Amino acid sequence: MTDRKPTCSPEGCDSRSGSGGNRREFLGTAVAAVAMALTGCGKLSKEEFLQHNFQELSKDEVRSVIARLEKEYKAKYGKDVKVATTPPLPGVIFGYALDLSRCIGCRRCVHACVKENNQSRDPEVQWIRVLELDKEEGVNLQHAEQYYNPEEVPREGHFYMPVQCQQCKKPPCVKVCPVGATWREKDGITVVDYNWCIGCRYCMAACPYGARHFNWGEPHLTADEVNPDTHYFGNRPRPKGVVEKCTFCIQRTRKGLYPACVEICPTGSRKFGNLLDKTSEIRYILENKRVFKLKEELNTQPNFFYFYGV
Amino acid sequence: MLTLRTFGQFITDTLGIMTKGSRLYYAWIGFLLLLIGMGAIAYVGQLNHGLLVTNMRDQVSWGFYIGNFTFLVGVAAAAIMLVIPAYIYDWEPIKEITILGEMLAISALVMCLGFVMVDIGRPDRFWHIMPLVGRLNWPQSMLAWDVIVLNLYLLLNWFVVTYLLFCAYTERHYVKKLVLPLVLLSIPMAVSIHTVTAYLYNGLAARPFWNSAILAPRFLASAFCSGPAILLILLQVLRKTTKLSIKDEAIFKIAELMAYTMGFNLFLTAAEAFKELYSGTEHMVYFQYLLFGLKGHNTLVPYAWASIIFGFVAFILFLVPRTRTNWVTLNIGCVLIYASVYIEKGMGLIIPGLTPDALGEIFVYTPSFTEITVAAGIFAIGFLVFTLMLKAAVPMMLGEFTLSKGRKAASEPEAGPIKA
Repeated sequence: MTDRKPTCSPEGCDSRSGSGGNRREFLGTAVAAVAMALTGCGKLSKEEFLQHNFQELSKDEVRSVIARLEKEYKAKYGKDVKVATTPPLPGVIFGYALDLSRCIGCRRCVHACVKENNQSRDPEVQWIRVLELDKEEGVNLQHAEQYYNPEEVPREGHFYMPVQCQQCKKPPCVKVCPVGATWREKDGITVVDYNWCIGCRYCMAACPYGARHFNWGEPHLTADEVNPDTHYFGNRPRPKGVVEKCTFCIQRTRKGLYPACVEICPTGSRKFGNLLDKTSEIRYILENKRVFKLKEELNTQPNFFYFYGV
Repeated sequence: MLTLRTFGQFITDTLGIMTKGSRLYYAWIGFLLLLIGMGAIAYVGQLNHGLLVTNMRDQVSWGFYIGNFTFLVGVAAAAIMLVIPAYIYDWEPIKEITILGEMLAISALVMCLGFVMVDIGRPDRFWHIMPLVGRLNWPQSMLAWDVIVLNLYLLLNWFVVTYLLFCAYTERHYVKKLVLPLVLLSIPMAVSIHTVTAYLYNGLAARPFWNSAILAPRFLASAFCSGPAILLILLQVLRKTTKLSIKDEAIFKIAELMAYTMGFNLFLTAAEAFKELYSGTEHMVYFQYLLFGLKGHNTLVPYAWASIIFGFVAFILFLVPRTRTNWVTLNIGCVLIYASVYIEKGMGLIIPGLTPDALGEIFVYTPSFTEITVAAGIFAIGFLVFTLMLKAAVPMMLGEFTLSKGRKAASEPEAGPIKA
């Protein structure tokens, strides 16, 4: 993790001040100026500063927020980035199942995820962590190794367990957030409003799966690397100082596509579908395979399941 | 109207006393300002580069800042240690000390809020956490509770201190009907700030080290050791440097009360350690990391044992009447207690809570230079607040500085540098 100096030029300042000059506007500008000084970087616009929690925004406000974001991304990356706000599909609750007997620990999912979801490349944020475990020990996290690096996987005597957000039915991260910046959507995806998160990292302490990641520095993402097909709660480029996490590729799955990790997996270990659809593959697995939930005793009730397919 | 004008006068005069003092006083203030300046520079660096300049990472996502925060909430809560005997048992010798305890609480709370502020990734969004303006996730989030109780407690103590001093300044007796309920209210409030802070950690099933039912009692027990330890040293300094008379009896009584809470604290710690180590479940690893090290990583081990040994020695020193009433051993005991609790409720609480992390990884955390500099700056702000308050409060409490006597007393040198 190198400490690259974030670009922070005074030219970047948004100097639109309320020339119309009603008092409220003036106050807003003044407070935003103080906040700019507080963040130590003059990139904060008044609109951004005063933006409310996404759940409280009217349709018009959402439109203007999206327009503002798209403009910012265009200025930053020099290409059109689309920010969708696609709502949950009716009658859908997403479920995920991972076949431990097939996973070979190749980490293709990790990198496909980073590519799809516009994570910072330096330092690189990874939403999927693959654990190498001893077959003798079973699922014992105290014997897990995340930094395995052999010539070839799978290694003799080991099995692999990718861990990402488990999209809990009772998410402890949502419960603890002091400002309601994270919540569970109707389709079972826990999302973060990156423009409302204050970066206290209480959710990270609360998550039993290490699924939440923080932007410790300014996220670095080059224009070439940007995936322009984004969602407000998903893979749109994030600011510094906020928490992010796996959203089951919300920008894809709400359009009926598979998450990037499912698509890339060379062994077919990753299964994804609608838990409410009785004919879905995910339902078949839950009903017919040996399934378990990670840290079941914590009663977080994940919609992410591990199973032994063979 | 008249009162309002008098209050204006009170404020101006208070500021007047605060800005005038001996050379030593100026040197002390200058030293604090220097530390604050250095902290501010470090903090600006942190704002520019993000929390990347700290040594916290995803695995250990809270560190030195939150450790200091937790410890200082305890110091703030400890004010009631002195309020209880003073008002409930009407025990005169402690009564005048109470106001000092409350001022200590105010300073500690200022530092607490400072540590939370420097820890958050988006300080520009601080308003999101403000009730009504923002969106406080209350009553679900324990952090929302903490924000509320800490601010209420700050407000309460600030009001009581200001009111009592204003009464002293105008040479009127305070209205008991007003002060007593507020002081009595501050007792459950003090318990609540530390309980809520304990619950903040306690409620996380993901972190077995914190997810223990006796965490809140342990917080309270240790707070009632460390807070008074600071005060005991402070009282001796004040006796020497000002005309404030504090009876030996009061100091020894506080020391005796501390012996009991220290004993209780050690007992609770032992109970926790026994349960974890003897039952030896998978939750044992956190205690192992703290006390013995894990897989060759033993950064915390010397600190953990120092904390236990210091606490035990201090307990003995305060328990035995002869060492309790001997100034040398008493002060050694105070320093030991302070160090013991600072380790236990600071890094000794936060780091093993997060190491090994949720997926079993051991990430060795030690604070970065930025973190230490910023923390020193915040401590300096706390000491500055306390010094300034003390500078004005002492002559008022002594009746030397009142509305009628005016600015005469202000020119005389008052409280010198205060170290706690």
